[in-house]
Amino acid sequence: MELGKRLLEGDKRAAARLISMIENDDPEAVAILSAYFSHTGNARVIGITGPPGAGKSTLVDKLAKLLRKKDAKVGVLAVDPTSPFSGGSILGDRIRMSDLNLDPGVFIRSMGTRGQLGGLSKSTLGAVKILDIMGMDYILIETVGVGQSEVDIVKAADSVLMVMVPGLGDDIQALKAGIMEIGDVFVINKADRDGADRTKTEIEMMLDFSHGDWRPPVSQAVAVNNIGIEELTDNLDKHWSFMKDSGKLIEKRVNNSELEIIDLTQSAILKKMMGNDDNRNRIRELAKKVAIRERDPYSISQMVLKEMIVGEEGGVKD
Amino acid sequence: MDRPIRVLVAKPGLDGHDRGAKVIARALRDAGMEVIYTGLRLTPDQIVQAALQEDVDVVALSILSGAHGHLLPKVVDKLKEEGIYDEVLVLGGGVIPEDDIPELKKAGVAEIFTPGTPTGVTIDFIKNNLKRSL
Amino acid sequence: MAGKEKMEQLKAAQQKWSEKTDESVQKRPERKETFVTGSNHEVERLYTPVDLEGMDYEEALGFPGEYPYTRGVQPNMYRGRFWTMRQYAGFATAEESNKRYKYLLDQGQTGLSVAFDLPTQIGYDSDHALSEGEVGKVGVAIDSLKDMEILFDGIPLDQVSTSMTINAPASVLLAMYIAVAEKQGVSPDKLTGTIQNDILKEYIARGTYIFPVEPSMRLITNIFEYCSEETPKWNTISISGYHIREAGSSAVQEVAFTLADGIAYVEAAIKAGLEVDKFAPRLSFFFNSHNDLLEEVAKFRAARRIWAKIMKDKFGAKNPKSMQLKFHTQTGGSTLTAQQPDNNIVRVAIQTLAAVLGGTQSLHTNSKDEAMALPTEDSVRVALRTQQIVAHESGVAETVDPLAGSYYVESLTNEIEEKAMEYIDRIVDMGGAPSAIEKGYIQKEIMDSAYEYQKQIESNERIVVGVNKFQTNEQPPQGLLRVDPTVGELQMKKIDELKEERDNDQVAQKLAELKKAAQTDQNLMPLILDAVKAYATLGEICGSLRDVFGEYQQTVVL
Repeated sequence: MELGKRLLEGDKRAAARLISMIENDDPEAVAILSAYFSHTGNARVIGITGPPGAGKSTLVDKLAKLLRKKDAKVGVLAVDPTSPFSGGSILGDRIRMSDLNLDPGVFIRSMGTRGQLGGLSKSTLGAVKILDIMGMDYILIETVGVGQSEVDIVKAADSVLMVMVPGLGDDIQALKAGIMEIGDVFVINKADRDGADRTKTEIEMMLDFSHGDWRPPVSQAVAVNNIGIEELTDNLDKHWSFMKDSGKLIEKRVNNSELEIIDLTQSAILKKMMGNDDNRNRIRELAKKVAIRERDPYSISQMVLKEMIVGEEGGVKD
Repeated sequence: MDRPIRVLVAKPGLDGHDRGAKVIARALRDAGMEVIYTGLRLTPDQIVQAALQEDVDVVALSILSGAHGHLLPKVVDKLKEEGIYDEVLVLGGGVIPEDDIPELKKAGVAEIFTPGTPTGVTIDFIKNNLKRSL
Repeated sequence: MAGKEKMEQLKAAQQKWSEKTDESVQKRPERKETFVTGSNHEVERLYTPVDLEGMDYEEALGFPGEYPYTRGVQPNMYRGRFWTMRQYAGFATAEESNKRYKYLLDQGQTGLSVAFDLPTQIGYDSDHALSEGEVGKVGVAIDSLKDMEILFDGIPLDQVSTSMTINAPASVLLAMYIAVAEKQGVSPDKLTGTIQNDILKEYIARGTYIFPVEPSMRLITNIFEYCSEETPKWNTISISGYHIREAGSSAVQEVAFTLADGIAYVEAAIKAGLEVDKFAPRLSFFFNSHNDLLEEVAKFRAARRIWAKIMKDKFGAKNPKSMQLKFHTQTGGSTLTAQQPDNNIVRVAIQTLAAVLGGTQSLHTNSKDEAMALPTEDSVRVALRTQQIVAHESGVAETVDPLAGSYYVESLTNEIEEKAMEYIDRIVDMGGAPSAIEKGYIQKEIMDSAYEYQKQIESNERIVVGVNKFQTNEQPPQGLLRVDPTVGELQMKKIDELKEERDNDQVAQKLAELKKAAQTDQNLMPLILDAVKAYATLGEICGSLRDVFGEYQQTVVL
């Protein structure tokens, strides 16, 4: 719990260690987050997503610098894919942010997905809370950006910034499904390239077709040259005000908490089932019966649930 | 607890030759480690802050410019200042004369890998010399 | 036709021979299942005229000094004079480097090649925070015209040709060179030499960039334009595959990516309004020479042929000099081993042969101790002697392009051309080298080759003598060169003194003018020359341009 106290004081080493512990499913870290949970909820969480090569890291770097000028403390979580073959990864998002290394008001952490699909790592939500407790005003989450739909960011962020680049052409059509819906604010980065205006028009048209109470704004930027960052933060601020004023923020946080509860429960159940050898062996034995059609998988799964999770009397098993 | 080893691969100083750093980064990844690659032109301060925030087990520094005698001990000193040297294994690689190695080791660099070292040797060294348990 | 009939006969005979040989190989297997070159191209058991079927001598090879220059850019090559033997050198202070240059000239070297330290290459003065520990390490520290005056003290600039390995701040160092010449009473039109000035390969492989792509390309075309008037004998760029190869590329990739960079420079200059035949004759190239002797020879020959075709067909060059690919070669630094360093002398000798058989215009041979440190005077001498032995004793310089007509070498030449053209076409489709670099395509291709090579060594598929086979227990080598650690302080003191002596108002004014001009599309060379002559430091000049242009952000591919 000593770690929790240091974290609350903003100690970076404590934060760094706690994130590792959360990544490694350390029960002590879970206990700390549980104990200090009341200190969360103060940070604005912004997700940054978009196709590979869109310049997300550079944009995060410039956004963070602008927020620092406004004296806000900024935490960055940058997620990169873990190799499914070796379990290793190369996390390279810091390359773009090396100037921020020495800023006392910035904390950057690179995370491997470690098997999680959907653009985040399974520990991202935990890491967000850690940065929140340590007193960050903003938490920027950069998703993997492999081009597939990275919908998990919606569950983690108050606002989702979708980064696009000119000349996506047909890709925009493909991106439409899954990605267009999750962006709250759009930016076309590398807007000094040919086709920036056309891309903007195309995105605007798609957004005109389908939006709810909030019509996502679309702006242009050249992040490398620090152009368009002010306008972008203005748009993010507008979304934030809308969320607060319309009551959507609390609605969204309820939704996200609901999803988190379900997620955590699900993984707790899985862990209970798969975490001990007896259970694993038992399932293996039952599977053999299913395979030779002696039993059916439906009734087996009900049985497993009773045996391993619920218990005969209906109470939760230890 | 089963967790990946986290390694910061950095190039201190101005030297832009990053073939070695990238090859070792890939090899460590393929050995199941999480590699944080930080790019070119970093000062010892920047490297140490990154190491601290990333909570790494290893800091691997690649340098071919001849400035190793100055930059490597500086990274070690800063790690000590931050109080994390006891947890972090510091390695060096690159064009470093054999004669310089004893002094670098005395300064706190655990091992130096010169050109031609198989990546497997580096991987084994890391696995056998971590300062904190997995 | 008789020729055709003969060919059919030969094919049949070869078929028979192959079957027979395959049979005996079944009984006694060959050393490996597949044989590959140093760059992983599969090598056949035998090459015959069948492999060159349909090849037209005049079209594919021609005569030396004639299009497509496959056999060399001069008609009589080394029978006229040998290649320029040019050892890259420079370390510590201008004073010490000046001594080394004089020594090398005394030893029979025919051109100078200046190595600068990293702060100089990245446009920082020796007193900049990032220069700490780097001053004078990989080359000489130059902070102002003062240092340059010392560097060339007593060396008449109208009598040596000087190659300067400088890229991002190339215009500043060239301006300093011109200013030193003026002080010696040598007019700019007498100056011969080369600046590397190749920023694209810095983005790809070497890392000493400063500015973003566009202003960098502008500085380069400014130099093209300025030199075509003022220093007509100066090579304005050395488009470099050397570092691409050092970064781990294959031979094909070295040719392809270098020539793709070349295309980008030509396009930029044409876009800036220059006429192709006016600047293209001053373009030069710089390649690596590795251990696979015959593949390397084929590589050089293929590069010449591709470039000639590109200049003629794509850019409509008329001047033969625009089509001639002239190149400097350096033996492969990454092929040297820290283990059993004496073996490196042999490697360098093979690589020297490759460069000479490939028709190089100038050559730097690495010294045996360079996998560990900067070379000592003794090891530099052996490296230079290696060139002299090849020149005077080996006999390979006595006739032009002696390996032409070898079925293997010609096949390889064709194959390298074909594969390199595939790459070049793909890069052109991507919008040219700058976009391909920005997308990380070129870097990724190189990195994949580098990693593949490393894995082959570690699995012993590829043998490097002394590294993964034939190892011995050795004593660490003695007597390596050490750069005096006080060089940094010395340079800082010199800067302080300079800033006391010079007219600081004039410096400020020249820098302000330069900054203003940088925001227009004016040629910056004359303004840089003015600032240099007022003793503005390299860091001040590059800093002013940094303010206007910003800095490049690397695309990293892992």
